Amino acid sequence: MKMHAVPALWRRELVKFVRDANRVAGAVLQPLAVWLLLGFGFRGSFSPPTPAGMDMPYLEFLFPGMIALVALFTSIFSTISIVEERQSGFLQAALATPVRRSSLVLGPALGSTTLAVGQGLLFFALIPLTGYVPSLPGLALMAGILALVALGFAALGVVVAWQSRTTRGFHAVMNLCLIPLWVLSGAFFPAEGAPSVLQWAIRLNPVSYGVDALRTAMYWPQDPPIDASSFTLSLAVTGLFAAIMLILATRTAGKPVRE
Amino acid sequence: MPAPPVQIDRLTHRYGSRTALDNLSLTVPQGSFYGLLGPNGSGKTTLFRILATLLNPSEGAVRIFGADPRTHPARVRQHTGIVFQSVALDEELTVQENLRAHAALYGLQRSAFRERLARLLPLFGLEERLHERTGRLSGGLKRRVDLVRGLLHAPPLLLLDEPVIGLDPAARQTFREAIDRLRRQEGTTIVLATHLMEEADRCDQLAILDRGRVVAHGTPAALKQAIGEETLWIECDDPQDLAERIAKRFDVSTQVIGLRVQLSGPNAHDLLSPVYETAGDAIRSATIRRPTLEDVFMVHTGHGLHENGRPVS
Repeated sequence: MKMHAVPALWRRELVKFVRDANRVAGAVLQPLAVWLLLGFGFRGSFSPPTPAGMDMPYLEFLFPGMIALVALFTSIFSTISIVEERQSGFLQAALATPVRRSSLVLGPALGSTTLAVGQGLLFFALIPLTGYVPSLPGLALMAGILALVALGFAALGVVVAWQSRTTRGFHAVMNLCLIPLWVLSGAFFPAEGAPSVLQWAIRLNPVSYGVDALRTAMYWPQDPPIDASSFTLSLAVTGLFAAIMLILATRTAGKPVRE
Repeated sequence: MPAPPVQIDRLTHRYGSRTALDNLSLTVPQGSFYGLLGPNGSGKTTLFRILATLLNPSEGAVRIFGADPRTHPARVRQHTGIVFQSVALDEELTVQENLRAHAALYGLQRSAFRERLARLLPLFGLEERLHERTGRLSGGLKRRVDLVRGLLHAPPLLLLDEPVIGLDPAARQTFREAIDRLRRQEGTTIVLATHLMEEADRCDQLAILDRGRVVAHGTPAALKQAIGEETLWIECDDPQDLAERIAKRFDVSTQVIGLRVQLSGPNAHDLLSPVYETAGDAIRSATIRRPTLEDVFMVHTGHGLHENGRPVS
């Protein structure tokens, strides 16, 4: 039986992750800290744009965004090794093998996606803290959407990592593009009531559609109590984003390494 | 006649305005243990990156078993194993997990992978290490595991880039013996890049590289023979002046290299005391010895292997 590169690289990503206790702790604790600190911090002052008479704690409002944040952190943590491995080590040797360049992108990206979904499932266990419990199909949908968002971010991470010379440079670029993408996704504050410039930014940000899709899924089969883009549009944009990023990543990996 | 493992014709590579390889030509014959001797920065690693299809050269032609790495990278990759200066293994994974991942990159059959392990592990004394975490192995063991990694697909050509750097003398010796066993058992053609003359001395063909150029090539013995049986080296403060004085009085060829004058020729060793009598005041030290590859390097480049101001790593 032939050994295939994509499952082998996927597996390598997972084994490396679980054997590195710091990474496990960092990847789980960072989004958890963000969620709890913001959630409890804004509890008294946040008033959600829900129909009159309905109350929504900030922890609940923030939950879909926090799941998106899991995808974001996982992609940063798992693609950073590409920067180091490109000039020396694993990736340099991998590039000298006949493996397809798309496999070198897809294997690690799928590994990263699996890690994101695994962490997302851990967070699902904390949902009762919000005072709201989604339906099982709702949770399953959320896991699927998380996978799609994570795949897109992981591929984006590959694109950036391939062009970065140092891990510092990689961090700088990733923070510069990912943090605003997350803050301006409607995850952190609702678009409704924000200045129109920010509303436009949120509408143009592909991550907003991922967060909207997660929010809609969270209340499945009911409609979400907060305005969100239509489920079809959200899913379409999220899927398209992941597809474009994967194509970009494969193309980037096909080019010779930058000196 | 089948195409040679490596054939390079007028290869030039530039990084921006810096020329790393300058009109370099060489041929590595089938089954040879071919050394590239040169200081750090002489272009060895750039050349290896080109041979391994990781870098496209600016000009010139390269053929690996007749295939052009630029247009047929897959064929070249299938026929070439490469062991880089830095070990390409994940510290968190066991030896077996590392090797399995790389076997998958080569698309090996599961059975072929098992057979290959059964053959290579005893060859390199690694049978007992299969399930150890790679990060816990010594530097020498890691190198040997990395060598197995480069040989998983049974390549007829193996490129070794400074393979014994960072190893203690005992580990170096073990690594060399492993390479010898590999050559005997599999007949692999090996190209070794090194800046250590004791490594280069073990090769059966040698190209001496300096600033991206081949300055001399041949067997180590022939290269040494060409600069004389025994050579007299004189260290002094004004070598130019001393060389002229010696050349005027004695029938011997002189060459100034750094702060030293080299006297070569059949009677060089008889000149030690006459030279001292003539110019003893100017001489700091004088040595008679059989030429080493370092001398060969100096004669052809005018500077030492380790004297170009770069740190030797």
